[in-house]
Amino acid sequence: MALLEVKDINLSFGGLRVIKNLSFEVDSGRIVSLIGPNGAGKTSVFNCLTGFYRPQEGEIFFDGESMLRRKPHKITQRGMARTFQNLRLFKNMTVLENVMSGMHCRTSAGPIGAVLRLPHERREEAEILRVSEECLDFVGIIDKKDRAAANLPYGDQRRVEWARALATQPKLMLLDEPAAGLNYDEKERLIGLIRRIRDERGVTVLLIEHDMGLVMKVSERITVIDYGEKIAEGTADEVKNDPRVIEAYLGKEEDEAA
Amino acid sequence: MSTLDILLQQLANGLILGSFYSLVALGYTMVYGIIMLLNFAHGDIYMVGAFLGLAILTTIGSVLGFGWGGILAAMCCSMIITGLLGVLIQRVAYVPMLSAPRLSILITALAVSMVLYNGAMAITDGEYRAFTVDLGFEGIEMGAVFITYTQVALVLATAVLMVTLYLFVHRTMWGKAMRAIAIDKDACRLMGINVNAVIALTFFVGSALAAAAGVMAGVYYGSIHFFMGFVIGLKAFTSAVIGGIGSIPGAMLGGLVLGLLEAFGTQIPFIGSEWKDVFAFAILILLLVFRPTGILGKTEIERM
Amino acid sequence: MGGNHQDAAVAELSTGGLRNRIYDIVEVRRNRYAIYAALTVGVMLLPAFANNYVMEVFSNAFFYVTLCLGLNIVVGYAGLLDLGYAAFFAVGAYTTGILTSHFHVNFWLTIPFAVGFSIVAGVIIGGPTLRLRSDYLAIVTLGFGEIVRIAARNLKITGGASGLIGIERPVLLGLELSRIQHYYFVFFVLAVVAILISHRLQHSRLGRAWQYVREDEDAAEAMGINRVAVKLYAYIIGAIFGGVAGCFFAAKMTAISPETFQFNQSVLILLGVVLGGMGKIPGVIVGGLVLVLFPEFFRQFEQFRLLVFAVVMLVIMLYRPQGIWPESRQ
Repeated sequence: MALLEVKDINLSFGGLRVIKNLSFEVDSGRIVSLIGPNGAGKTSVFNCLTGFYRPQEGEIFFDGESMLRRKPHKITQRGMARTFQNLRLFKNMTVLENVMSGMHCRTSAGPIGAVLRLPHERREEAEILRVSEECLDFVGIIDKKDRAAANLPYGDQRRVEWARALATQPKLMLLDEPAAGLNYDEKERLIGLIRRIRDERGVTVLLIEHDMGLVMKVSERITVIDYGEKIAEGTADEVKNDPRVIEAYLGKEEDEAA
Repeated sequence: MSTLDILLQQLANGLILGSFYSLVALGYTMVYGIIMLLNFAHGDIYMVGAFLGLAILTTIGSVLGFGWGGILAAMCCSMIITGLLGVLIQRVAYVPMLSAPRLSILITALAVSMVLYNGAMAITDGEYRAFTVDLGFEGIEMGAVFITYTQVALVLATAVLMVTLYLFVHRTMWGKAMRAIAIDKDACRLMGINVNAVIALTFFVGSALAAAAGVMAGVYYGSIHFFMGFVIGLKAFTSAVIGGIGSIPGAMLGGLVLGLLEAFGTQIPFIGSEWKDVFAFAILILLLVFRPTGILGKTEIERM
Repeated sequence: MGGNHQDAAVAELSTGGLRNRIYDIVEVRRNRYAIYAALTVGVMLLPAFANNYVMEVFSNAFFYVTLCLGLNIVVGYAGLLDLGYAAFFAVGAYTTGILTSHFHVNFWLTIPFAVGFSIVAGVIIGGPTLRLRSDYLAIVTLGFGEIVRIAARNLKITGGASGLIGIERPVLLGLELSRIQHYYFVFFVLAVVAILISHRLQHSRLGRAWQYVREDEDAAEAMGINRVAVKLYAYIIGAIFGGVAGCFFAAKMTAISPETFQFNQSVLILLGVVLGGMGKIPGVIVGGLVLVLFPEFFRQFEQFRLLVFAVVMLVIMLYRPQGIWPESRQ
């Protein structure tokens, strides 16, 4: 059984149909990409998966459980983490504090533990620190942990976002355009990072991306959507040569040139 | 009094109350529709309008008399001046806060409200001021029900104002711009609409309407007080929410509904008149929790 | 040339230099503890030199510091605009008032009751409304504040408009707390406890969660943080602070009336939080102190007290929204 199963979801806003009868699966331990031209509805799919939008029809199964009526924080608790297309770090906090937010859902100390400094709370704080620093080390910016998140260069801010998602100890990571704004070297490092996330941490990765080169290099499986509908699915080679995919991308280019 | 008499009497009372609530609610709803801000100071604008009206009336009363002529003139002047005050507040207090976190602009609005009513308190020494007018107490008698001409005139005046507003919003360029900005501000900017000017106009119109309500309240109740904006602010907001915040017809409808509910509510033995304020607040809270979009409002969709 | 160099150095020292020197001193923990100890000693010694009136003023000041710290948790930490905070203060005061004057319950036993009622009030008010937009929350809390005040004014058990009298004094270890000196120390202890609890909370998992939710609710939610639960915690903890402070207030005044719990009171407490700097404990302490001490020094403005406060609040929001207390050095 796949880790993530999306079945026939339909999403509309007012009269506008954003996602039409979309179905796809993500097997555990894989790196899968969701691609499509601009406005195809990819981020909307992520929002449905993470509980920020509720599709009018369809089902979403994660790890065997239906996620359709769950609140976003519960979905993350179950093991699905996401990053945002337009970085949403906690600007006024340090890098380390940003990453520590990921560990919130894995701990439980409350106000009483905090006020009385109970041993349970102290143990948890140590664990939160340990895991957070480990995630920062994993993405390679442990040396900047005490800097204010807003003061970092863009590429480093992206890494903080990934470390933060990793700190939630997910089974599935949803990366929303992780390569946006990165230069060539950073993109190469990203490919390496995505592979290490799968190999060293056993986390399944689903990514939305526009950079075709990166997608082709890193994905084991690709689902292509256009206007909210799935138009192709398969390995990188299969998708690259699919006439409908070419039409969707080229067709868009023609429209824009006209 | 028979039940029918009571019903009619409360209907009349409810209409008057509803008029005040609607006029003030319009200001809330228009500002909220256009810049998504709950203008805390709006109730106090109503209060300022009333005091300005009184000041003007006392000044020109010797010339125009204290009857309808004088009142009308005072009301129009108060509407203009208060409208400008609304624009001033927007420019000085709200525009600098637009890029700040939400909490900051709310607190700023609260601060403006406090400056207004504490200022009025300082000026009036906290006392009620009599709104002396020369209108007589004749009216229409229908059995045991008595409705004064004053009441009729006030309701008519409100109707006139609302029709004018409706025509303005739906038939003029400025009105269309207001509605367009409420839908998509950035698109309007790109289309060359002077968004800032229209927002200022919205504040002007809303404040002017509140001032009209304030003057009318002065005429109706016979006295005004620095704290009168507080309760009406809450009730007008309730009206706006009942009708659907952001919707102009909603504000008109909501005010009417609340006015009638309150008037009929005073007849319910438990509620009486001490608890009628609580009654209105309770409605507000229940609405916000269970049906925040009100009767005519649209559901908000959160976008990531 | 040399002279210019010296002038520049002196200038540096006297402005930026002085500030940096202060930061240098305060950032060392031992120095901070020394400052706290000195302040505590000062507070302990004051009764020996001051008359009852000064004692009254300072008790009031410590009391407001406690209330402001409570509201700071709601507004400063969690970013929720609560305009009806006086309601919790009222709940605590009336609980103690009713239980001691009507049922002759021991004062110290009324405190758990007050805490319980504050929690219940917090859940009833916060539960359904914390999901709402911040604007709506502000109005709703304002409405609740008014409902509590009107209820207190109209119900018989709360003594109606004239309020409750005959609230019994607490007895601590055989000593009846009846003199202003007693309450000076009681409220000082209360304020210190409030400071300690606030500090611990701020640097805890919950404190961080409040900050995450305040900075970006949706991102926090995406990180697995239940924003409604987090907000509710803040609201209820704030309620408890208010309630407990209310108990001691009732004991000190022995008579309470609904007029103490008006909207103006809620706004005043908010002003204390905003003035000093939302979320910063030293700032909130200063804010609370200024709230009480400032009118004492400017008696001629008594009539305009609230107007002055309102203008100050507006000016702060427009020109220094982070409050008068400086930020820590980055």
